This record gives sequence, structure tokens and C-alpha cells, in this order.
Amino acid sequence: MRPAAFEYVAPHSIEEALAALQQSMPDGRILAGGQSLMPLLNLRLTKPKTLVDLNGISGLDGVRETAEGLSIGAMTRQSSVERASGVRERCPILAEAIRHIGHVAIRHRGTIGGSLVHADPAAELPAVALALDAKFEVARDGIDRTIPAEEFFIDYLTTALAPDEILRKIVFPIIRPSSGYALEEVTRRHGDFAIAGVVAIVELDDAGKIADARLALFGMAPTAVRARKAERALIGREPNDDAMLDAAALVENVLDPPGDIHASSAYRKHVAAVLTARVLKRAVQVCRDQRL
Amino acid sequence: MMSSKRAIEITVNEKRYEGLVEPRLSLADFLRDQLGLTGTHLGCEQGICGSCTILFNGETVRSCLLLAVQANGGAILTVEGLAAKAKNGDPLHPLQQGFLEKLGFQCGFCTPGFLMTLYEFLNENPSPSEDEIRERLSGNLCRCTGYQNIVAAVLWAAERLGAKSDR
Repeated sequence: MRPAAFEYVAPHSIEEALAALQQSMPDGRILAGGQSLMPLLNLRLTKPKTLVDLNGISGLDGVRETAEGLSIGAMTRQSSVERASGVRERCPILAEAIRHIGHVAIRHRGTIGGSLVHADPAAELPAVALALDAKFEVARDGIDRTIPAEEFFIDYLTTALAPDEILRKIVFPIIRPSSGYALEEVTRRHGDFAIAGVVAIVELDDAGKIADARLALFGMAPTAVRARKAERALIGREPNDDAMLDAAALVENVLDPPGDIHASSAYRKHVAAVLTARVLKRAVQVCRDQRL
Repeated sequence: MMSSKRAIEITVNEKRYEGLVEPRLSLADFLRDQLGLTGTHLGCEQGICGSCTILFNGETVRSCLLLAVQANGGAILTVEGLAAKAKNGDPLHPLQQGFLEKLGFQCGFCTPGFLMTLYEFLNENPSPSEDEIRERLSGNLCRCTGYQNIVAAVLWAAERLGAKSDR
């Protein structure tokens, strides 16, 4: 047995889970898919007194189309999101992002909410949530609140979620059919965490100029980040190579990523710039293909 | 602190087992230490190496990252149950036979995880390309073979399964 001993609670409703979490303060942890928490437990990097397992709660998973967008239960397995027809039709960038997460056996168990709450800076989903301005619906002792993606990711592995709160679902606004999207990342091997990655969503106006651009980067800072300067510089421009290289230069100059054994800071910046130009080109192409 | 043991009931390779487990016991440890099913190997115990891959309710999972209590009531397929999936009275599943024919293993430590990953893969994708095979194998580490013979074994098994169309 690898982990230190813990009390194990398997509630059947979110109310029971909130109560169990409240009782186990400040040392309780929520167990979702376990694909990040279980390794941490096995390595004894974390030793919670209580584990509150959400896997027995019904109604915390599933993909629903609502007026605001695709509402995805926090406990929906990543492989279910990847396969959901609603996601493929209405928010295809999500399915594309999930294909880069770990491996099939990891995605069968890993949940969308677990990945977002874990908030690894090199993970794909936080960047997609930021790029789409997703909304996080959070439950706490009978009172729900909504946190916009922009305010959700605070720091390295740290979110705005309080210790006694549980993420209920995430609402991803639907990508307009006139928009193009793309995600690119550089990893040592398929399924590894990204050395650097970029998500782009682009909308063209009737004249073919860039009407809206969103760029989110991962692996480049303590959290996933939007490249707002580069986004603003793109609006109103012809989507040509010059515009994309200008955006790439802005991305390269603004960020100051950490260096580690996988990549130096300078290399990460270079990769982010190259990927920025590449995702923009692909996103614009998707836009144009959809107009034909 | 010692948390109390829980009674669990799990079907493994179509046989029902009961156990009494501490909540922190992984499914992999339960299979190996309590049921004596040591075909499931533990390499890294942090979800990286893929050696402990099994099927849980029909889907591959890392058994080092699942607690035995979480598998309560579930159905599991381990490498010990794979040969029984062979058709026409063959003693081994075509994937197992393929690993033998093409020398898909040397020390054999990683092999059970590879077989279970590939069993799910060939059910989904009966005639995969070499690129598709390599992408799926990215979640399993082998330090002996260099993967070349594993890919050859999968192609051999896919062909055999396709020829019989009895998967």
C-alpha cells in the first residue's frame, strides 16, 4: 500500500459530499477521476485525513446543450466528453484538446472537472476554458456561485475554488459556426504534458478580416494565460502571414516562462511564438472552409 | 490513524471474489496480494508506465490509480482472463500468440499492460495503421524491445482476427 491511511467517504449526493468536506476541514480532499490525485497519494506528496469520493454521486456527469452553451458535469469522464456528439458538433476544440490528455486509459477515468480544478499549468483544458470564457458553477453548502474562467485560475495548481466548495459543472459557450479554432502543442512524446501549447479561436468578418481573436497559452506561466495584447493586435487585420507573425512576436515578448529540465525559458518562448503563428493559420483556414 | 476495512465484491475474469480491504489499498494490490492474480504488474505506481492496465467495466484503466473500494460491484478483465477470449478453442488470444510469433517481449514485465491496452484497441479498431498502433502504445512503456516487434505483433494479431472475423 502506497498512500498514507485516510478516512474514505463515498457520498451519494452533492449535499452529503459538501457536509463530509465541511467535517473534514481543513484536511479533506475530493477524489474525482484520481489520475492526478492518486499518483500524489501514492508518492505521499499529499496525505489528506479524509478522501471524499465523488464517483458514487449520480447527476454530476453528462453533456447538455443549454441556452448559454454546452453544460458539462464536473464528473464527466474525459473520454465521454471526447466522444459526445454535442461536443463534436458545437464545441469541437474541446474534443481536440482532450485527445492530447495523457492516454486512453487515463481519459477513461480522468474527469473534465478534475483536470480543471487540478489546474496544472501545462494542461490543455484550462487553456480551452480560458479561450472560450467558460463559466464554472460551484456548490457550497446550499449556495451556488458562478466563477468566470478569467477569475478561476489563480496560480500554480491553485484555483478560486474554496476548500469547502465542489465544482458542479462547467458551461462552455458554443463556438459560432463562422469561427475557426485550433490547438497545437509540443511534447516530448504523445500524451506528455506540454512544453508549450496554444489554443486559438478566430472569427472573420464579411470582408474576410479578423473580427475576433482569442489566444490562450499553456505551459508558459503558473497558470494558462490569455495573450490579450496579441489578440487586440489581430483585430481588424487581414489574416495574412504578417498579422500572424506580429501576434507571434507579441506572445514571445510578453511572457516569461520558467525553464526546467525539459526546456529552457528561451526555448519555450520560441516554441510558443512558432505555435501561435501555426494555430492562427489553421484557425483561419477552418473559418474559410466553413464558409465554402 | 487506521481507517476501518470495507467489504467489497468484485468480478474478475467472470469469477466473483469477496474481500476486506483498507480504503487506501489499490485495485492492483488487491488483485495481486489478496486474489493472487499476479499477472497484473506494478511498475511506477503513478500512472506513467501502463504495466498495471486492466479493463474495468469494459474500459482500460490504470489499476494502480483506482482504489479497490472504488471497484466494488465492478467487472474486471486481467491478463489471466485474456486467453479465455480466444475463439475456436485456441489456447491463447491472437494478441498473445502474436507477441510469441513476433517476439513482442523480452523480459516480459510490461507485457500484461500492453496486451490489455491492445485488447481494447483492436476491439475498437480492427485494422489499425502502424501510426495508430504507435499512438495507442504511447501510454505503455517497454524498456527492452524498442517497440518494433510489439507493433509487428499487433499487425499479426489484427490480421489473424480479421481473417477469422470472430473477434
